[in-house]
Amino acid sequence: MYYDNFVLPFTIGLITLLVYLCVRYYKWIRSFPKIDRIKIRRGLFSRKTLVSIKEIFMESLLHHKIFKTNPVLGYMHMTFAFGWFLLIIFGKIESMVYHTSAFNPPYFAIFFRYFHPAKETFPGSETFAFIMDLILSFLLLGILLAVIKRFYSKMFGMKRTTKQRPYDLLVLTVLWLIFPARFIAESFSSGINGGGSFLTHSAGEFFATFLPLRNLSYGAWWTYSSLLGLFFLLLPFSRYMHIPTEIVYIFLKNWGVEQRKQYNGFSEIQTNACSRCGICINTCQLNNSCDIKDTQPVYFLRRLRNHEDFSVQSENCLLCGRCEAACPVGINLNAIRLSTRPDLTRVTKETYAYIKPKAQAETPAKVAYFAGCMSHLTPGIIRSMQEIFDKAKVNYTFIDEEEGVCCGRPQAICGNWKAAKVLMDRNQERIESSGAEILVTSCPICYKTFKEDYTLKIKIMHHTEYIDMLLQEGKLPLHKNDLKTVFHNPCELGRGCGVVDAPNHVLEQVSQRIPTRYDGKNSLCCGGSLANTVIDSQQKTKISTDTVKAYSAYQPDVIVTACPLCKKTLGKTSTSVPVKDIAEIVAAS
Amino acid sequence: MHTVIIIGGGPAGCEAAYQLASDGIQVHLIEKNNETGGNLNNWYQLFPDRKNAQDLNKRLQEQLNHPGITLHLGMEPSRVEKDGQGRFSVSLSDGSLLEGDALLVATGFKTFDAKRKEEYGYGIYENVVTSVDLENMFRNHAIRTSKGDVPRRIGIIHCVGSRDEKVCNFHCSKLCCITGVKQAIELREMLPESEIFCFYMDMRMFGPGYEEMYREAQEKYNIKFIRGRLSEAAENREHQVQVKVEDTLLGRPLRVTLDLMVLLVGMEASNETQGMARELGVKLAPSGFILPLDPHYGNNLTGEKGVFITGCCSAPMNLTDTLNDARSAAVCITRYLNMK
Repeated sequence: MYYDNFVLPFTIGLITLLVYLCVRYYKWIRSFPKIDRIKIRRGLFSRKTLVSIKEIFMESLLHHKIFKTNPVLGYMHMTFAFGWFLLIIFGKIESMVYHTSAFNPPYFAIFFRYFHPAKETFPGSETFAFIMDLILSFLLLGILLAVIKRFYSKMFGMKRTTKQRPYDLLVLTVLWLIFPARFIAESFSSGINGGGSFLTHSAGEFFATFLPLRNLSYGAWWTYSSLLGLFFLLLPFSRYMHIPTEIVYIFLKNWGVEQRKQYNGFSEIQTNACSRCGICINTCQLNNSCDIKDTQPVYFLRRLRNHEDFSVQSENCLLCGRCEAACPVGINLNAIRLSTRPDLTRVTKETYAYIKPKAQAETPAKVAYFAGCMSHLTPGIIRSMQEIFDKAKVNYTFIDEEEGVCCGRPQAICGNWKAAKVLMDRNQERIESSGAEILVTSCPICYKTFKEDYTLKIKIMHHTEYIDMLLQEGKLPLHKNDLKTVFHNPCELGRGCGVVDAPNHVLEQVSQRIPTRYDGKNSLCCGGSLANTVIDSQQKTKISTDTVKAYSAYQPDVIVTACPLCKKTLGKTSTSVPVKDIAEIVAAS
Repeated sequence: MHTVIIIGGGPAGCEAAYQLASDGIQVHLIEKNNETGGNLNNWYQLFPDRKNAQDLNKRLQEQLNHPGITLHLGMEPSRVEKDGQGRFSVSLSDGSLLEGDALLVATGFKTFDAKRKEEYGYGIYENVVTSVDLENMFRNHAIRTSKGDVPRRIGIIHCVGSRDEKVCNFHCSKLCCITGVKQAIELREMLPESEIFCFYMDMRMFGPGYEEMYREAQEKYNIKFIRGRLSEAAENREHQVQVKVEDTLLGRPLRVTLDLMVLLVGMEASNETQGMARELGVKLAPSGFILPLDPHYGNNLTGEKGVFITGCCSAPMNLTDTLNDARSAAVCITRYLNMK
């Protein structure tokens, strides 16, 4: 029997951790709405599970997405995760080959060098020793990078790294010490008995020259086991909870579990799946333009996890989704933030009692056009859309020409879903009464809520998509001109609804579109977001000024966008370059 | 003998030039247009006495026929330099060079570009005009809609581009309130049958006779003042302007159809004011106007020695204050030159 008391800290730690995790995940999953639990049951034995396993390999181990954002940072995360994984796998294989049985206790593989007498050889023992040393050196290099990153984050292309709490720093230190401890324990054993390979063997010989290894070796193994045990015990309460939780999250996500309006167990799982890599800090314009450093997802989620006050952070977000697009774990950051917004408004159903049902039904037409409140503040956009409809001879009805009812999203993003529902029902009724086949809107904010929260059975298009369709069908005659344009994709359109290609197609056909690094889902926020109720108008202006500066650097004749709110917000600070809507560019060509 | 270079030939520049010349100082007055008067050229009648604006303009012009004043019309300063002795040399757009012992900036204001407030439809709807356009209509004695009809209902919108953080202007332009009252009365006189509304946030009647004029507008001229800011405007098929506004005194939303909508555009620092501030290294206030050294003791002084300011380049001012400010600047400059 291979046993020594020093394996106890490791074993106790591991068992406690596993029991804790099982209970935790079970409780969280049990709190899911029924529909999501059914999805798990259906997904469990489907192809989705295989897809998840592949994703776990790519993301949890190789960290492929972090690699794409930042190769050095990706390498650091990979050495830790993949290195440790390989160490466990090869260690286990090695122990199985030696023991010729799969059923050895978990600690046996971990502390193999202690239990295995160096003079005993087994098939491939030297190769194994070499591989294990190679992986260990790979891991030690990763730790070196991590230490460097903590002190010189700029080297990793990050303006800022995550600021950790003292407790997290303690766990971080424990983690950092595990592998050096293993290295020392194995080296000392090798120094006494021989064995090991290029790393531990050489180090062992070196240590033996000046250290009383016989007295130190046993203590070194105790230290190694204790550090592992301590790490396992501290893990659930530290950010390293992300390691097991991310795996669970990937499965659940692929099986189709969704983040809904309420904050539930699935939100908790995502909150715990955040590795606090800090990528979101550098994408956040509140950080870059306004120097606000406590509201980025990494800090917001930490507050949620630790049950600290998050009321300000919950509201202090533009919901632009830049962090969500950059998040390597793919956490539904916007939806989680939204789910924590309490309903602070006093708007009730009665507030809207003055909105009377329209006297006559909508004029029946093929296309229903809903401009949206913000478009009524930018009549240039409405005028252009009317021209486009006329030019393409479209049979349309203008739903909110005389009397508009808000789409409901501004209420919803402030947490007031009840008030939003009243407005939504009213609009839905109007749109349906037109009998239209397509609903076209000029406002991405309306567009998103029409698609996600309404139950309309007709095709819903933003005007960029609609114009693109008209152009493809050849219904809209146009002329390309020499106007140099850059496109500012509105948050709700590009990242929010995935409309990326249509506006680019359109602009390429009517103008000389200059590609920018902010194209598609990398677009900036204009600063006019309705979602942030914390920052003041001057801070919003600062964001807007910086955004205009970023686009102006490409020296366009005009900054083109596809959202009335973006147009107004960018227009107020862009005094030298005009800001226009894509519909205005098309109508004028 | 000392020489002063004045940049800007509006009322402030003209009055300061005359005052300085009367004190025996040689003056170079630079004006970018081919006539002096600046924004005053666009005005028909002045408040509070309804004087013809061109009478004042003419008087200011006549004062310039002083032997001590050299006019440089149609010129702009392309470069300003200061030497070690505190003398200024100003290169003009035609290449000539002026030298002076002090510099007076009187580059004034520009009216807010109403197109930036797109929701009001200026430049998009046919029957939306600015207060400047309306003065021009007064001069031509023709208040007509785009179709040539007499407008039956006219709305005057206050605070367009002033006190509006949505266009990054936090300041009050001060004069639009009384301009609105004056224009409403003028409209009433020309169109006795029409309905006239003023939509305002606050009525700021700061000058002598202004409050009286405001009262008269209500009692004698039957102008309807509604406290509420315009939210949006749309154009109907007849090219009338339909406005949505909330009457905040009654707490009721209103919808009014107007035949003509007048936007009381606010004041912003002119491009020349901002350009001169950059060129001379003079500080700007957050409003974009030049920041005086001290709001009480040094409102004609800047941080740069020998550089003085007057008139609307430092803040919106009515003509009374502008002319006073010009005289005050002349006193400051004379004292500065005598101490040199």
